[in-house]
Amino acid sequence: MTSISSASPGLAMPDPKNRLFGPLPDVSAEAGYEEDHPKRVGFFTDTSVCIGCKACEVACKEWNTLPMDDSHGERDALGLSGMSYDNTGMLGANSWRHVAFIEQSRAVDLPMPTHRRPGDDRSAGGDLPAPDSGDLDSTAKAQASVLNAEALSEFDPQTGQTGADKQIRWLMSSDVCKHCTHAGCLDVCPTGALFRTEFGTVVVQGDICNGCGYCVAACPYGVIDQRKDDGRVFKCTMCYDRLTDGLQPACATACPTQSIQFGDLDELQERADARLATLKAQGVETARLYGRDENDGVGGDGAFFLLLDEPEVYGLPPDPIVTTRDLPAMWKAAGKAAAMMVGVAVTAILGSRRR
Amino acid sequence: MTGGITSPDAGWRQADRGPATQQKTGKKRRKRGGGRGRGEVAMVDDVEFTSYYGRQIVKTPVWKSPDVPLYLFLGGAAGSSAILGALADFTDRPTLTKVSRLTAGGGSILSVVFLIHDLGRPSRFLHMLRVFKLTSPLSVGTYILAPFSAAAGATAAVELLGWFPRLKRFGGAVAALFGGPLATYTGVLLANTAVPSWHAAHTQLPFVFGGSAMAAGGGITMMFTPVDEAGPSRKMAVAGAAIELAAMHKVENDHGIESEPYHEGRPGKFMQAAKACTAVGAGLTVVAGRTRAGAIASGTLLAAGSLLTRFGVFEAGIASTKDPKYVVIPQRERLAAQQNEHSSTITR
Repeated sequence: MTSISSASPGLAMPDPKNRLFGPLPDVSAEAGYEEDHPKRVGFFTDTSVCIGCKACEVACKEWNTLPMDDSHGERDALGLSGMSYDNTGMLGANSWRHVAFIEQSRAVDLPMPTHRRPGDDRSAGGDLPAPDSGDLDSTAKAQASVLNAEALSEFDPQTGQTGADKQIRWLMSSDVCKHCTHAGCLDVCPTGALFRTEFGTVVVQGDICNGCGYCVAACPYGVIDQRKDDGRVFKCTMCYDRLTDGLQPACATACPTQSIQFGDLDELQERADARLATLKAQGVETARLYGRDENDGVGGDGAFFLLLDEPEVYGLPPDPIVTTRDLPAMWKAAGKAAAMMVGVAVTAILGSRRR
Repeated sequence: MTGGITSPDAGWRQADRGPATQQKTGKKRRKRGGGRGRGEVAMVDDVEFTSYYGRQIVKTPVWKSPDVPLYLFLGGAAGSSAILGALADFTDRPTLTKVSRLTAGGGSILSVVFLIHDLGRPSRFLHMLRVFKLTSPLSVGTYILAPFSAAAGATAAVELLGWFPRLKRFGGAVAALFGGPLATYTGVLLANTAVPSWHAAHTQLPFVFGGSAMAAGGGITMMFTPVDEAGPSRKMAVAGAAIELAAMHKVENDHGIESEPYHEGRPGKFMQAAKACTAVGAGLTVVAGRTRAGAIASGTLLAAGSLLTRFGVFEAGIASTKDPKYVVIPQRERLAAQQNEHSSTITR
């Protein structure tokens, strides 16, 4: 019987390559599972079809019986964040799904930058093409079809128009724990409370966690957090309890637009690549996959995203790196520093005249 | 439109400049612009960056102050004292040996108390001993602290009681063995996180903490040892202070925007006070360390400098998590650098 190791494979395996960072084809096997373990599962969150309904947040809270908190993680507080329609605010111990709302505007005479004051555009005459002055039928069609990617570029379905000179669009994205290939939280957990499941996901064992809080500081995405009144840490489990019973996670089940897709990770990646190609072909230049690249700083994410803007717009780090990548260098420095201390002490003793 | 390094594509920007999402990093203005190199900040140009309503990206560590800074300080002082105590024992300096052992024992027991108190579930402290993980500095640290505090605590206890002189020597040697790692692993403990200002200095923090530990241990033992026997304490304290100042100077200046929190606000004040205490303490040790009053004054200053350094480093890291610019801007620069590298190899 193989024992399931909660350590990063980096220091347990003979091959030093790609054990602390970089691509890892089979995370569950690296953690010690037998060959017949289930395939790695994940989430593909396609934000281009997210409608911001927050059904995922509600389903998650319901299924996992998460307590209420406000946008700063304060327990049992009902508060408005003042940021758009987002009163969840962030992922945390009590919010394992978080729908971000970003309201953006742009002038319609792009790509030329405008230096005029907003009101001046109108008085400048009819040289600016007003996007809603065209064919009303096609505009309406574009608005009607949420999944029409051409419309997304021409007339974003998340976009309304507030005037002749300005477009408004809404970006909505349901954020979640990334279940990294190289999970910082898992690497630094000193009790083994965090572990890699047979599905390749990362889960906290509540009966083991002693609330040291190291994982909170180690997560490059700021996902996992401590419940102050409880002392332990909590995060998305990708509904481990449901997975073991052959069910899909609650959020993916609840999503009405299939923005949250659950499945085998390799299949999701193929689907995401195809979706990105479709969007690109239809002219959505800003579409990009986030967390899909196995060569990124965390070896790719188990939960990855299709975004329509830079990651930081959604509150995601643009280039996260698992902190443990640099740990060998740190241990080396600490060893040298410790040797230096002994050296200084010996010199100090030998250099002082005996009484 | 949106200049800078992180322009949203296709001209999209935050509607009506939503609350603090497009931010500018302020240029650091230093009054002592023409002064010596020390304390000078690498200028950070105005860069615009995007964030989600100005909210932080990485979480702020839940570690408590003063528990953790005190743990860092006590562990460091205990570790360096243990090394000094064992060496003093072998070279027959009875008073210095005794003082060092008591410092090491007291410091280690107190540091264990602070470490456990900082846990969310202190009663589950022993869960730390379920596993041993090299990837977790806290796990490694537990296996350094446990034997160290047992050995140093027992040695200090028998030193007080005056029993088993040979066992004392053995216990002191064991404590000395773990003393160095105990003082420097804490640098890795802080650096092995996603906290920008800690992680950026990941190869330097162990040296800062090692130097700081020697300054504190040397300073404390110097205070309670007769001056003619405290020569090793003085030497170790001065060397430690020099190393602390030199390493800290690099931490404060080598990392661009990630060094900024070490200069601003409360952590900045802590760091300035720390540097003043450490430098004056080291100078006073050299000048007046051989007098009783001088030894007490300089020892106190060195210990205070070490303590303030721990608070400064700790709080600077905390501050760096609270502003998304410390996460976004370095990562953007890293991406831009990779892109440049990539394109240059293609053209070749």
